[in-house]
Amino acid sequence: MFESLAFAINPGQALVLEGRNGSGKTSLLRILSGIRLPESGQVLWDGKDIFRLGPEFHEHIAYLGHKDGSKLDLTPLENLRIAQGLGKAREEISLEEALDQVGLYGFEDVPTRNMSAGQQRRLAIARLLVTDARLWILDEPFTSLDRKGIEHMERLFEAHLKRGGMAAMTTHHRIGFKEEVQLIRINLSER
Amino acid sequence: MSTLSLTSAFNLLLKRDLVLAYRRRSELVNPMLFFVLVTAMFPLGIGNDPKLIEAVGPGVVWVAALLASLLSLDSMFRSDFEDGSLEQYMLSAHPISILVLAKILAHWLVTGLPLFIVAPLLAILLNIPGEAVPTLMLTLLLGTPVLSLIGSVGVALTVGLRRGGVILSLLVLPLYVPVLIFATDAVKTSIAGIPTTAQISILSAMLVGSLVLAPLATAASLRISLS
Repeated sequence: MFESLAFAINPGQALVLEGRNGSGKTSLLRILSGIRLPESGQVLWDGKDIFRLGPEFHEHIAYLGHKDGSKLDLTPLENLRIAQGLGKAREEISLEEALDQVGLYGFEDVPTRNMSAGQQRRLAIARLLVTDARLWILDEPFTSLDRKGIEHMERLFEAHLKRGGMAAMTTHHRIGFKEEVQLIRINLSER
Repeated sequence: MSTLSLTSAFNLLLKRDLVLAYRRRSELVNPMLFFVLVTAMFPLGIGNDPKLIEAVGPGVVWVAALLASLLSLDSMFRSDFEDGSLEQYMLSAHPISILVLAKILAHWLVTGLPLFIVAPLLAILLNIPGEAVPTLMLTLLLGTPVLSLIGSVGVALTVGLRRGGVILSLLVLPLYVPVLIFATDAVKTSIAGIPTTAQISILSAMLVGSLVLAPLATAASLRISLS
């Protein structure tokens, strides 16, 4: 896969990974999140190795992978409560407000199993909003979302970046940020 | 901006797993049903020789408990692995070993504790004398958590494999042997009317040892399985 890769993400910036299938986009995101160990090289957070920081680093990140990470037998509200408990809670937003922001108002108590794939993806995105994570690591966040949903989620990502947040993401969708957002594009197929 | 205390995170996860188990009640009775059925088959197979049944009774109960525990192990991390929840635990702001301990405790409450509760019934079925029943229950109370704790390491290592069942048995059953030996010996000694302090002490030591070490080993194994 890729080699000799070096980059830095600063507050307000988003890293967008591009490249054909199998070029290592997901692997790189998993390495950035600390789930996977790199074969060589290191990932630094504020100048410190993330594998040494462990949970201290994890409280600053939110990871959205291919799988939503929600329990289908729980309701959206219960799922969010657990997500919030596992991370560092963001206090300026309630769980209901987070659901409202992703367009799931009224679905608080519906079993997640009964929601559509797009709604389940929205719930996974709501998980990003309820913790105080500064770095969002997003692997194909727009999967199963309709066009309106995608636009709506882009606004949420913009708001996160404007708050001084950071993002690292892959997407096959062309991101249309309305406002001035600093994007770092890296194409892994060319490495 | 606040991080939950470790205790509340532990409780949150414990409660979550118990709620999930409750919503899938049908799966919940499986290990206990297996335990009761296997044990009930033995007197039928052996025939109506009370002496013989009494002699094999403790061993039968414990082997059935071992298999029931093994049967239920796979469910400990399987669904969390498949829906991506496991990744979210690994990336939690809390030490993984503590979260893992909550999951093991929930698993034991759901699958191990029922075995302890039905044990007196099986004791009657297997002609185990009344004086030895408290010892049998005590061995189950001390021994089944050890099975869950040791088993969790095996499950964590095999959760990424599509057909981990056989490997899991090969990995975990040999480690169950000490529990089996001391627990059945305690019950037999108790039937003979001899104090069982030694066996119970060793079982307690196994519980304490695995309580300390197993969550750490499980956390490390999960990290390997996910990367």
